[in-house]
Parts: sequence; C-alpha cells; structure tokens
Amino acid sequence: MILANLAALQVVIPLLAAPIGIALRPATLAWAWATLVAIAAFACSVGLFLQVQTGGPISYAIGGWEPPWGIEYKVDALSTFMLVLISGIGASVLLYARRSVEAEIDPPRIYLFYVAYLLCLSGLLGMVITGDAFNVFVFLEISSLSSYAMIAMGKSRRALAAAYHYLILGTVGATFYVIGVGMVYMLTGTLNMDDLARLMPQAAGYRTLEVALAFFTVGLALKLALFPMHKWLPDAYTYAPSVVTAFLASTSTKVGLYVMIRVFFTVFGAPYMTEGIPVADVLVVLALAAMFSGSAVAIWQGDLKRSLAYSSVAQIGYMVLGVALISVAGMTAGLLHLFNHALMKAALFLALGAVFLRIGSVHIQDMQGIARQMPITMACFVVGGLSLIGVPLTAGFISKWYLMLAAFQDGRWWLAVLIVLSSLLAVVYVWRVVEAAYLRPRPQGAPVATEAPLSLLLPMIGMAAANIWFGIDTSFSMTAAEAAARAALGAALGTGGVQ
Amino acid sequence: MKDALVIFYDHWNYWIFIVLMMIGFYVVIARGNLVKKLVGLNIFQTSVFLFYISAGTVEGGTAPILVNEDAPGSAAVIYTNPLPHVLILTAIVVGVATTALGLALAIRIKETYGTVEEDEIIDLDAEEDKVERAKRAAHDDGAGKVEGGHS
Amino acid sequence: MNPLLWILATPLIGGIGIALAGRQPNVREGVTLVTAGALMWQVWSLLPEVLAGGRPSVTLFEVVPDVPFAFAVEPLGMLFAAVASGLWIINSIYSIGYMRGNREHKQTRFYICFAISLAAAMGIAFAGNLFTLFVFYEALTLSTYPLVTHNENTEARRGGRTYIGILISTSIALLLTAIVWTWVLTGTTDFRPGGILTGAIEGPEIGLLLFLFMFGIGKAALMPIHRWLPAAMVAPTPVSALLHAVAVVKAGVFTVVKVIVYVFGIDLLANAPSAEWLLYASGASIIIASLIALRQDNLKRRLAYSTVSQLSYVTMAAAILAPLSIMGATLHIAAHALGKITLFFAAGSIYTAAHKKKVSELDGIGRRMPWTMAAFAIGALSMVGVPPTAGFISKWYMLLGAYDRQAWFAIGVITLSTLLNAAYFLPIVYAAFFKKEKRNHHSDAGHGHGPDHDHGEAPLPIVLALSATAFGTVALFFLAEGPLALARQVVGGTP
Repeated sequence: MILANLAALQVVIPLLAAPIGIALRPATLAWAWATLVAIAAFACSVGLFLQVQTGGPISYAIGGWEPPWGIEYKVDALSTFMLVLISGIGASVLLYARRSVEAEIDPPRIYLFYVAYLLCLSGLLGMVITGDAFNVFVFLEISSLSSYAMIAMGKSRRALAAAYHYLILGTVGATFYVIGVGMVYMLTGTLNMDDLARLMPQAAGYRTLEVALAFFTVGLALKLALFPMHKWLPDAYTYAPSVVTAFLASTSTKVGLYVMIRVFFTVFGAPYMTEGIPVADVLVVLALAAMFSGSAVAIWQGDLKRSLAYSSVAQIGYMVLGVALISVAGMTAGLLHLFNHALMKAALFLALGAVFLRIGSVHIQDMQGIARQMPITMACFVVGGLSLIGVPLTAGFISKWYLMLAAFQDGRWWLAVLIVLSSLLAVVYVWRVVEAAYLRPRPQGAPVATEAPLSLLLPMIGMAAANIWFGIDTSFSMTAAEAAARAALGAALGTGGVQ
Repeated sequence: MKDALVIFYDHWNYWIFIVLMMIGFYVVIARGNLVKKLVGLNIFQTSVFLFYISAGTVEGGTAPILVNEDAPGSAAVIYTNPLPHVLILTAIVVGVATTALGLALAIRIKETYGTVEEDEIIDLDAEEDKVERAKRAAHDDGAGKVEGGHS
Repeated sequence: MNPLLWILATPLIGGIGIALAGRQPNVREGVTLVTAGALMWQVWSLLPEVLAGGRPSVTLFEVVPDVPFAFAVEPLGMLFAAVASGLWIINSIYSIGYMRGNREHKQTRFYICFAISLAAAMGIAFAGNLFTLFVFYEALTLSTYPLVTHNENTEARRGGRTYIGILISTSIALLLTAIVWTWVLTGTTDFRPGGILTGAIEGPEIGLLLFLFMFGIGKAALMPIHRWLPAAMVAPTPVSALLHAVAVVKAGVFTVVKVIVYVFGIDLLANAPSAEWLLYASGASIIIASLIALRQDNLKRRLAYSTVSQLSYVTMAAAILAPLSIMGATLHIAAHALGKITLFFAAGSIYTAAHKKKVSELDGIGRRMPWTMAAFAIGALSMVGVPPTAGFISKWYMLLGAYDRQAWFAIGVITLSTLLNAAYFLPIVYAAFFKKEKRNHHSDAGHGHGPDHDHGEAPLPIVLALSATAFGTVALFFLAEGPLALARQVVGGTP
C-alpha cells in the first residue's frame, strides 16, 4: 500500500505536515516535527529511487484520473536523482538548523519558519515529480512563496528588500513560464509532458512554438538565476538566514534547471533545440558569461555569503553549459555538477552558518584567524572550497573532469580551456578565505569564538565527507547522473552514450 | 494594410493581452514605489489570465455544464473549454497569495526603512555601507600596524 | 596489503603518530625518524626486484570509468622514490637540529605536513597513470602549503600566495586539460614504454599538447612559471632543502621525463618539428635563471634560482630526445638532489649558527664553520659539474646525448651555464675560506642575538646531516653504476 503510493506520499507528506506545524508552537517541537517529516520524505525518495532502478519509470495518476486528462506523477531516473538530492539536503540542513535558527530568527516566528521550510520542500519535490506542465507552475509558486517568506526572516532589514525583489522577479519568471505553457497548450490541447512530446511534431511549424520556447527560456532562466538574470540571487542569499541560504543554494536553483531540462528535452525534444532557434548556443554563451563574471565578482566580496552567492551564479553556468552541449556526456556532466555543487555549497554555507552563530558575522575581516578557534568548522569550509576549485579526490573534480570530457568529445576543446580558466578564479576566492582564517592573527578586540556545537558540526562534517566520498566513489552519482541524462535525452538521442 | 487590420481584428483579444502585459511590465520596471510595482505585477498577471481564458473561448459556445445526455442534440452542444478556467482559478489563487506576501513585505519595509520608495531604500543602504566600510578601513589599519611590528 | 600501498601508508601512519605524540618533542621526533627509516627500508627493498626487470603494480579502484587509481613501479619512479625517501631521514635529523636551534613554533604541524608531503611524493613516484599522478601532484602542493607559510607573517602569506597560485593554476588550467585531452585521444592515461600517443596525434597539435604538459607541470619551474620557487624560500630551511630541492621540484622534472618518455614516446617527439620549442625554452630557462642567480645577495634565493636553472637541465636533457641524454636527465634527478640539499643544509646551518642570510656577509665564515663550508664547497662543485662529484656524471651523459643528436644549441647552453654556475658559487666558497671576516656589520636576522656574536659550528644534528649529504654527493660519483642501471632501463635497455 505504502510502496505503491510512494510517488504521492513524497509530496503529500510534507505538504500536509506543514499546516500541522502551525499548531506546534514551541521552537524545538516545531523543529523536531519538520525534521521528522523531512526524513520521511527522504525515505520516500530513496524508496522511489530503488523502485525506479529495478522496475523502470513509474507513472502515478493522482486521484485515479488517468493521464493525459488527470495529473500524472512521472517518476523516472532523472526525477528520482533529483528527489534524493533535494530531500537529502533538506533533511541534513534541518538536522543542523535548530541552534542556528534559534540564533538568527525572531523566536515567536520560529515555528512559522519551519512551516515555510516544509512548504518549500514539498514545492520543490512536487516540481520534480509531476509530469504535468501546469502543475509545475503551482509547485513552483508554493516553493517560491515560501522561500520569499523564509528569506524575509533574515536578521538585517535588507532581507526584506531582498525578499521583495526576489518576489517580483520570481513572479515575473513564473508568469513567463505560464505564458509558455499556455501557448503550448493552445497548439496541442494537452498539459501532460509526455503527451506534449508526442504531439509536438504536429506543432513544429508554428511561430507560436518558438515564442513559447522563448518565454520558457527566459522565465526559467530567471528562476535558476542564469546570467544575466541572476540579479536577485546575491542579495537573497546574503541576507537570508544561514540555514535558508544553505538549503536554497543547494536545491532551489537546481530544480529550476531540472524544469528547464524537462521542458527543453522532454517537451520540445533535443532535435528542436538544435534545429530550431539556436537556444543551445545562446545558453552556452550565457553560461560562459556566468562562469567568468560570477567568479570574478565573487573575488571582491567582503561578505563571504555574498561571495559564495556569486560563486553559485558561476557554478550554475557550469551546469547550464553541460546541459547546453546537448549530448549524453554533456548532460551527465551537467547533472553530476548539479549534484556535486549541491554538496559543496551545503558544506560551505553550513560552515558559514556556524561561524555566524559564533561571531555574528561572516565578513572576511571578522573571520581573520578564526581557524584556530573553530578548527573543525574551517576544515569543513576548506574541504568544500577545495571541491569548488576542483581538486582531485573531491566531488568538484569529478564534475569538472566530465565537463571537460564532454566539451572535448563535442570537438569544442576551447570550451574545455574556458572551463579550467574560469575555475582558476575559484582558487582566488577560496584561497583568500583560507589565508585570512589560517594565516592571519585574530584582530584585537575581536570576540573569542569557540567551536560550533555538535548539532551543527555533525551535518557539516557529513556534507564535507560527502564531498570527499563522491570524489572517490563515483558509482552512485555517476550511474545516477548518466541514467538521468539518458532519461532526459532518451527519446531524442537514442542510446548513444558517454564514449 | 487590409491584412494587418484583419490580423488585428481577428485576434483582438491577444492584442489586449499584449497591451495589458506591457503596461504591467512597464510599471514593474519603471516605478520605484514598492506598492505600485505590485500593482503593475497584478496587471501583468491578469493579462495572462485573460490570455488563457480568451484562448479557451469557443465562439457561440455555452458554459461547460453537463447537459442531459439523452436529450436530443445534446452531443452537438458547443461549450467553452473549461480547462483554462480551472487553470486560471488556480493561478488567481497563486496571484492573490503573491500579492498578499508582497504587500506584507512592503509594510515591513515601511516599518524598518520608513519608506517604500526604492531609490530611498538604496540610498539608505548605501549610507550604511559607507559607515561600515569606514569602520572596516580604520580597523584594517590597526591590524596592519600590529602585524608590521611582528615581522 | 600490497607493499606499494604500505609505502604510501607508512608516512601517513607516521603522521598520525606524530600528531598523537605532539606534546612530547622527543617522542614526536623519534616517530618521525622511525617512520622515515621504515619508509626508506621499504622503498629500497624494492630496488633489487626493479633492477632485475620486475614491475610491481597494484590497481585499486576506478574513480571514473576506465580511469583507475593505480600504482606501478618503473625505474624512473624507483630512483625518485629512493632518493626522496633516503634523504628524508637525513633531513629529519637536520630538522630536529634546525627547528630546535631556531625555537620554531608549531613544530608538530611541521612534522605532520612533512610526512604527508612525503606520502604524496611517493604517490607521484609510483603513480601508474596520469590521473593518479595528478591526484598526488595536487596533494603535494596542498600539503606543502602549510610548510611554506610556516612563519605566518606577511612575507609568508605573500610567498604562499605565489606558491599555491602558480602551482594550482598551472596544474588545473594546463596539466588537467592535457590529461583530459590525452584521455580523449587514446582512451587511457597509463604510462607505457614507447608512449601512448603514437598514431593518436600529429602535426602542430603535438607541440600544443607538449606545451600544455610542460607548463602545466609547474613544479618543474620552467621559465616563466618559476616564480613560485623563490617565493617558497620563506619557508624554514629544512622545507627548502627537502621539498624545494628534492621532493617537490624533482616531482616536477620527474613528471616531465615521465611524460616525455612514457606518454609521448621519444620517437614521436623526435619526428615532430612542432615539439622542438621545448629544447630552446628550457635552454633559455637555464641561462636566464643562472644570470638572475648571479645577482642575488640572499643566499637562499641564489640557491633557488640555481635550482630553477638545474631543473631546466633535466627538462632540456629530456628534450634532446637521445637515450643517453635521457639517462643524463634521470641521473641528474639524483645528482642535483644530493648536491642541492647539501647547499641548503649549509645555508640553514649558517642561519642557525650565525643568523646570516646574505652572501655578502659570509666573508671568512669558513674558519668558524669548517664542516658547513666544506660541504657547501662540495655541493657547489657538483652544481658546476666538477669531478669527482655526482653532477659531473649527469652532465657528461647529457653532453653525450646532445652530441649524438647533433644538438649544438644544447651543448652551447651546457657549456655557458657551467661557467655561470662557477661564477655564482665559487666566489662564495672563496670568500668563506680566504677573505677576512668583517667585524663591523650588523646582523639583520634580528632574533635577539646581537651583531657580531661569536659563533662556531651549527648544532650537531645539522652538521651530521650536511656531512652525510656531501659525502653522498661524492659517493654517487664512484657508485654511479646503480642509478645508471635504472636509467638504462628507462630508455628501454634490458637489465
């Protein structure tokens, strides 16, 4: 019974648990409830992952209404890959959250924070699991609205302005997406993604389809903060509470990319992407611009959350680049980086959250010499940083390796060169932190910090260890990413694989 | 010229959608007042609602309610496509929620910044940054001197 | 467990032991010495097998499909590992004298990082493919960073920034690109006698790939990416001695030779006009670095530029592409290691005893520190290439190889640089023994010792260590048959 309905439970559990959370006012109770639910969601996604691995894609008709009329939940290798990632990060961040949230969020609002967190989680999971183009919009708004609320809970008043701007841009992006859906619906009369894919060849000649693709691209680019539509991201990440930054940085933009992959490759299909308007080429250019500008700006930021936010803009560039190569190798690399980057940014932002808890700032000047007082936290930061640079035996190296390989295999060796050149910028913005934290004396009069509490350390160490684990044993991430890439491109490119 | 007129006349509903959308979009971008921005956002969203609804209309169709299937001619009853209505109902709910959240944020911004004008907020932030930078610069000098003594 | 894995694990286990014994200096340094001894014993016990033509290897697991983490011993790596592990013991003895003599801080961290660096060096020496080599190459960079920045002051930070900046960026930007390119071309990154690229690449692309490799291997310090090496001289002298005269830089030139011999293959490069630039680039690097060394007053900086120049000898010898010159390159890895570590030991000895860092302050110091300056003289002669020192043999083979290939440019460079070497080393020796000590200078070391304090020799461990390496420099001249046998195997000779 439970096993057969896992697909529905995946979304329903956190969605229904959220309103129950309103009744649980005490902070610790609310936290325990949210954590429990997130772990249950993680269990669901692992279950789904195993089911798909053995039994192939699952189609689940919500409420018994058969597709294409009803809403279909479509669970394949790509979506389980994302589900495991999102719910895994969601649960680990929650395990970490209790102390950090107590310190950063107004106590009377803490229970509401956990409600918003669960809503956001269910929205993200829903976007991934649904096979209905309009349903994606609904879940997108559930996750977006709750993230605006969570960002606004940041300590500084600037969090409010950041949340407001994100709200405006996010809504514009989502509305663009809806316009795209509307146009596709007008041409085909269906909203089910598989059905759309089936009917797409009939609609191929219409100008409306091209316009729809343009709306989809811009709308989703806003959501995943692709250069130059990333303006909302740095402020939102900087002023949001540390926990929110860690969670959103590792999941939210990734889901945006997931939806983009779905729309481009499941709905429109790879041939349309290469033969029609040159969307892929545009994406390559934007991705390169993101990689260089994001990293370059990251170097000059004093506030490390801001620096890492710009780094995220750059890293999104890598993922989009992989996807835009439109090959199984490229898509695998992009998805692998999506996974690995989630691990890196989670480790980094969790470490910063611990620093913020102890000294109330993550400015590079305030963090001088901090490594002596918080050695474990900073060690986790360094591991995340090395992974970001792409040092071998870290997860970041694996994704860089595949990205370069995909570029070479595509015959675009100059892309490989640009990839490594831009990753050199990461050396600079990571290493200046290392220098400050390890090699400078603690400023006079600076607050004396102690190592972060165990409840923060454990998830942080877990994330750092994951960065190393997935840099050595790539069997899970690699097989999952490749299967996901095949699932995404499957219909279009046949079975041509890596190599 | 005549063709253009025909295009305009045949698709007048879309033209309204485009005009409304542009008005909304313009307000979102050009207005500095946070509340007015939300108004623009609403116009922008509403235009999309109209776009959906008008696309679903079938000329001469009735409301999509169930008719007695045994009645003669019931199969030939033309009715408007109900699906866009359903979708837009959902979208309206989402729009209302967005507006509510946006307004709530605007109120909180007014409380903390004392204004809802974007340029004033930017100025206030910039002033804060300047103070902060000056503080850090002074701090940095001190640190530099201490360090110089060591080496 | 496979003996190769034990070799890698030994320094790491030693590192843990050092960390545990951190509070008791005597135990800690005992652990270091025992670890170094165990490592040397294990490495050297592989020698007979390798000399007899054996190639022990072990494959662990695949990090990415078809790219395994693998180790394999071949003669070149054997020689490098033997030299590095052998000198670690001597260097550890020296470190004890130096670190205690100068009352350095954070000595535990120092010894731990040293052990990790050695593990990384062993990994490089025994790497079975380019990927494994790259992993340990980066590990060596990262594990030596805390050693370079040991002093934690502005100067150390600046030096460390140059160090990590150049080494990491060249390796990621160029070396990694080259490795991925190689993998795409051939589907393997293994090292194989005769190379793996034959038939997979041709024309100007050979030159380009060679460019990516040669400048990607920043540790070989081919100009203009040599600046990290003088920058690394802010480190305590034992670090400069073992790592920046032996382990790190030799890892660089070792990789260069390995790539030329086992990835490209001598025949492929010999028939590729686009690869000729390397000969001229390395020749220029030799001369320019020597000219810069001539003008340095800071003794360690002079030694550093001398290292840059000597490393390019190895690169140039490999670029001559004659079997004899490659043997010369192989030998030079060992010969230069012994000579240069002696010179650094001497420099550190002078600093510990006299707190002098500058060449111009060394007049007459030979009478106060006869052992140190005698060892310095032997090291200097080996750099110049005067018999009976090890440097002579390697240069001799390089010249023979250059003559075989009619590489007159290389012969000219070697001749000219020999003169330059003599010009920047011999005056130091002369001044130390035959000039009168200046009595009125001011020491700039500023560690609480007044100017002109009377001093004798450095502490006993230091003197012991530098005498041992100086002796080794001479001994290698007479016992060159062992390394030569390995070198012959590198170029395809049978045992």
